[in-house]
Amino acid sequence: MLSSWWALKWREMKASKHSYILLAPYMILFMLFTVLPVLISIVLSFTYFNMLEFPRFVGWDNYTRLFLEDDIFLTAMKNTLLFAAVTGPVSYLACFIFAWIINELGPKMRAFMTLVFYAPSISGNVYFIWLIIFSGDRYGIVNGFLIKLGLILEPIQWLKTESYIMPIIILVQLWLSLGTGFLAFIAGLQTVDKTLYEAGAVDGIRNRWQELWFITLPSMRPQLMFGAVIQLTTSFAVADVSIALAGFPSVNYAAETIVTHLIDYGTTRFEMGFASAIATVLFVLMVGTNLIVQKLLHKVGE
Amino acid sequence: MKAETTTRMPGTGLGNDGGRPVKLKLKLRAGKKRVNRSFAGTFFLFLMLAAFGAFMALPLVYAINNAFKPLDEIFLFPPTLFVRNPTWNNFLDLMNLLGQSWVPFSRYIFNTVFITGMGIVGHVILASAAAYPLAKHKFPGKSLLFTTVVLSLMFTPVVTQTPNYMILSWLGMVDTYWAVIIPAFAYSLGLYLMKQFMEQIPDALLEAAKIDGASEYRIFWSIVMPNVKPAWLTLIILLFQMLWGSDGNGFIYSEQLKTLHYAANQIILGGIARAGAGAAVALILMSVPITLFLFSQSRIIETMATSGMKD
Repeated sequence: MLSSWWALKWREMKASKHSYILLAPYMILFMLFTVLPVLISIVLSFTYFNMLEFPRFVGWDNYTRLFLEDDIFLTAMKNTLLFAAVTGPVSYLACFIFAWIINELGPKMRAFMTLVFYAPSISGNVYFIWLIIFSGDRYGIVNGFLIKLGLILEPIQWLKTESYIMPIIILVQLWLSLGTGFLAFIAGLQTVDKTLYEAGAVDGIRNRWQELWFITLPSMRPQLMFGAVIQLTTSFAVADVSIALAGFPSVNYAAETIVTHLIDYGTTRFEMGFASAIATVLFVLMVGTNLIVQKLLHKVGE
Repeated sequence: MKAETTTRMPGTGLGNDGGRPVKLKLKLRAGKKRVNRSFAGTFFLFLMLAAFGAFMALPLVYAINNAFKPLDEIFLFPPTLFVRNPTWNNFLDLMNLLGQSWVPFSRYIFNTVFITGMGIVGHVILASAAAYPLAKHKFPGKSLLFTTVVLSLMFTPVVTQTPNYMILSWLGMVDTYWAVIIPAFAYSLGLYLMKQFMEQIPDALLEAAKIDGASEYRIFWSIVMPNVKPAWLTLIILLFQMLWGSDGNGFIYSEQLKTLHYAANQIILGGIARAGAGAAVALILMSVPITLFLFSQSRIIETMATSGMKD
């Protein structure tokens, strides 16, 4: 029974030879640089490994150390979850709301506003401009403005003060967040079947909010799910902005995230086993949250 | 036909009294499909769009203006958003600074252009070749492979950076261009978008070619590829964004192999004396991807329309 099943599969595989040949170059690289690394990471997370000696199995030691002894990791975890909980949903909503309003514009204006909202996310490391905006001296835009208005007398060290760092990074992260997900929503809105709106109006849909809830959102579910993956994944991976604005390490680790913690152990201290444990935690966190959100989005408009 | 339907709609902001021709015209001009719109709602939404649009645009406008400010204007109190006496001095300073760098600046430019170009060409070809069977063929293991690709969208490359370093060093690619280029070939978002876009190519088109005796490779190259040009552009801009902004991912050490972004960061972080040149280099770096997007926007939106995740 089983052998005949295998024989059948084998015949199917032989018949699909061309498909495999077309897939092979990409898939070999994909396995090598994405799948294999995740597996290596999981395996190494149970070892002590310093790149010089052969990895030594240490069981759950790295994880217990991470959660019980490493105070900075707990700060990093708290910050990452805060970033994810704020920038994830807010950027997701922002992507949708702005795409939705932009979709009401004429074609020229629509193209222009799309560019305005999308530009920050493709401009590379232009977020450096926020360093000047929140600069700690009087020449920083924010300080200069507040001093001129008489609200403060002395310039504030925005990026060196613990309580301001997180809100500023969240602000910049949101500024950068209207990327691929935003474009997917704009595209999705343009593909919603227009006759549905007309039919809906006949069926008694009274205003744009009802139209949004009963027609637009359900028709866009595939894009909504795609956008959620993109926005969520980005929101868990805050690192570059934190390093650029708050420094590395930041004042009293106020802007430490799981990713900066990972960079610290992986590329500065070469504690690869421990770094792998951090990477594995991040991996589980990202994929787990994404899968839960996908489950929830399945219910939109049902 | 459309006009007729619109005039029957109840409760629209533009007023509606039985579809007199005048109203009808007004409606058509106001927008083709829009029904159920109150003026207050429209006003509120556009006000919001304008406010947040300003929030998005002002830092970029400020960055652009800074590049043309003479030094005394950059350090002016109170600071100004717009330039008063525009000058090219910052760009001249930048040129001077670059002339003094230990590695000729053209080298950084070459490195970035080479990495970006090779990465894009390889990725578009490999990802399209893999997307075609995933979109149009049936074979054992197909759903497993595609699910893996979708799962890989759910975490960032940072997770795999350490093992990647080990694999690259095992392949002898560390500290070469290939350390950045080869992993970029297998970028998963590109494959995902390409596959979703290819699904809408009519099967009849492929069947017809098959009956004419074309091989799968021929079908892929001369029928599928020309039909997915919008998706090429999308992959190109995604990869461009990634590689143009790459600083070598920590895989490149040699100064003469380092990227433009790395060099630019050194200038931007160079402090007060280099504030002008830093603003100039930032402007140059950001203007390239923005210009690219400006010209490919409609094609990219077309691709994104098929980006949705099906159940």
